[in-house]
This record gives sequence, C-alpha cells and structure tokens, in this order.
Amino acid sequence: MSAAANRTILICSGKGGVGKTTLTANLGIALAKQGMRTAVIDADFGLRNLDLLLGLENRIVYTAQEVLAGSCRLEQALVKHKQEPNLALLPAGNPRMLAWLTPEDMQKIVAMVAASYDYVLIDAPAGIEGGFRNAMAAAREAIVVTTPEVSAVRDADRVIGLLNSNGVQPIQLVLNRVRPKMMANQEMLAVSDVTDILALPLLGLVLEDEQVIVSTNRGEPLTLNDTSSPAARAYTNVARRLRGEDVPLIDPAREGRGLRAKLGRLMTKKLF
Amino acid sequence: MTLRDLINRLLGRQQASAETAKERLQLVLAHDRSDLNPELLQQMRREILEVVSRYVEVDMDEGDVSLETEDRVTALVANLPIKRARATPEVST
Repeated sequence: MSAAANRTILICSGKGGVGKTTLTANLGIALAKQGMRTAVIDADFGLRNLDLLLGLENRIVYTAQEVLAGSCRLEQALVKHKQEPNLALLPAGNPRMLAWLTPEDMQKIVAMVAASYDYVLIDAPAGIEGGFRNAMAAAREAIVVTTPEVSAVRDADRVIGLLNSNGVQPIQLVLNRVRPKMMANQEMLAVSDVTDILALPLLGLVLEDEQVIVSTNRGEPLTLNDTSSPAARAYTNVARRLRGEDVPLIDPAREGRGLRAKLGRLMTKKLF
Repeated sequence: MTLRDLINRLLGRQQASAETAKERLQLVLAHDRSDLNPELLQQMRREILEVVSRYVEVDMDEGDVSLETEDRVTALVANLPIKRARATPEVST
C-alpha cells in the first residue's frame, strides 16, 4: 500500500483534551515531510485550534463555508504551510458564521480537497453530537486517539461504536500520553488492556513528553524540526505506518530507563 | 505510588490501581454497549429467574446473570445451578 492516495481520515476521541489536534498537526506535518500532499481540516468551527498548533492563526482569510457559498475558490481558502508547502490547512468555519454546516456540506468540501491531496486529515470536535457526526460523514477511515485513563477509554469506546455503525473503516488506535514508569508500577492501564478492551489495532504509542507543550507554545509541531524527542519520533512513526510501512512499536517497559538511553537522547538533543 | 500504597500492595491488601481501572472499565463498557442500565438488568435478571424456576428449581444463591464483553461483543451470560426439575412444571398453556 504505497501512496494509494486520496485517503480521508477522521481523527477523533470522544473525550476532549486527549490529543486529537496535536496528533492531527504532527501527523499532517510528518506526512507532508514524507512527500505526501496533505490537507488538514479543522472540523471544529466552534472552538478551532488546529491553526494555532500549526502557527497559521494569522493567515486564515476564508473557510470552507465561503468555498461552499461560492464566494471564494478552494485554493484561496487552503492555507499553505510556509516551511512545509506539502501541507495545507482548511478551517471548516468560524464561530461567527451564519449557518451551521451539514453532513452533506462536509462531504462536499472533503471531496473537493481530496481531489488534489493524497491525505485529508479531519480533526473532529470532542463529543459525539452534531459537529462530530458532520466530520464522520466525510471520512472513509478513522484514527481514534485515547489515553490510558478510564474516562478517555470509555469515551473512545462510544466513538468506535458510532464509527462501526456508520461503516467507517479501517479504524486504528493511537495511545497517547503513556507514562512508562506508571505502567511498570501497574498504576496505569497497560497498553494491552486498552487494545483488548477497544479491540482495535494499534497504529501508534506516544509517550508523555513535555516537548509537546513547548512546541504548541511556538506553533511549530514537533515533527517539523525536532525529530529526536520521544513524541516526535512516535508521530513520525504513526505517519510511516499509516503509509503501510512496517515500523515496530516501542516497548514502554524499555523506554526512559538505563543510562545509555538517556545519554543517547542527550547526544541528539539540539543545544542551540 | 505512596509508600503506604506500596506496603498495602505487597501485603496483598490492595490491588494495583491499573487492575481496578480495567475491571471498572470492563463492567461499565458492558453496560454502555448494551444500553442497559443496572436497574433494567436487575429486572431482566429477576424475570429470567422467574421463568426458569417454573421449570426447574434453581439455586438462587449461586445463580448469576451478567453481561460479559469480549472483542466488542457483549453477551448475556446466565449461570443457574439446577437443584432438581419440578415434578409438575408450573406452565400455563
């Protein structure tokens, strides 16, 4: 499965704050860097944030709504990333817009974007109501993001049920904010606990990483410049697996331990 | 993990919180997925026992009707030890 192209993928979680938008931004950049023409769509128009994580908040002029209304062309609404021109952002709408988008609107706009992009990532809003259903209607496959916490796993389960009954597939799982030490002490759900309960194949495992906060402060996703931090490597690997490459998953039990691992990270860390 | 937690766990007084989380999740998901609230499940349990006891004598203390989930498939599992068959089933025809 190489660049079989035109893949429309919903990034969703049910619960808010588990890392949907961070994954969308990092995965988008990583795919673009791997040569894929990638568009990311912020389907949450009430509270949009994807622009902020990508550092594109000052460059948005139009949204999908203007495109649908015919008041601008699609190319005008797609905001190209300066440093990574393979990536473009399209906000679905803005909080002040007059009419809410419908599932049909989302299908229409995503089909338009997919015509000239290899990957279209749709960042779903939290919850399972209207906004989520709009976003789901436009996607063929899905990535469910969750963390090893009871509330996040429970909400992910609800979302998976909805995706299943709407024929979205394949559905793959990204387990975010994993703390190896807590897992080792059995103070956090194990990776296998989560995959068993949700019965989804694991597309990626992302360790808790302070660098994620630093990168969002700057509006530069980790995959853009820093490729050595644990989260950056994890997101890059998610992109590679999504493209069909066979990349082994990290073993949380072996992460963050041992002097050599620590030294190795220190050596690759950029000091300036 | 605090020192007290560690001691409790070593002494077997308390299970690891990850295990507790897993058990609680499995239970709540079985209910979420079947859309049955505990009250409805309780009522169904009573009615099932009622029907079964018309035919056979069931050990009420040992019996169990519950929801179990594996691979996203939820099943209603009834385990009802039978003491003996009723000589004259109380069946209304």
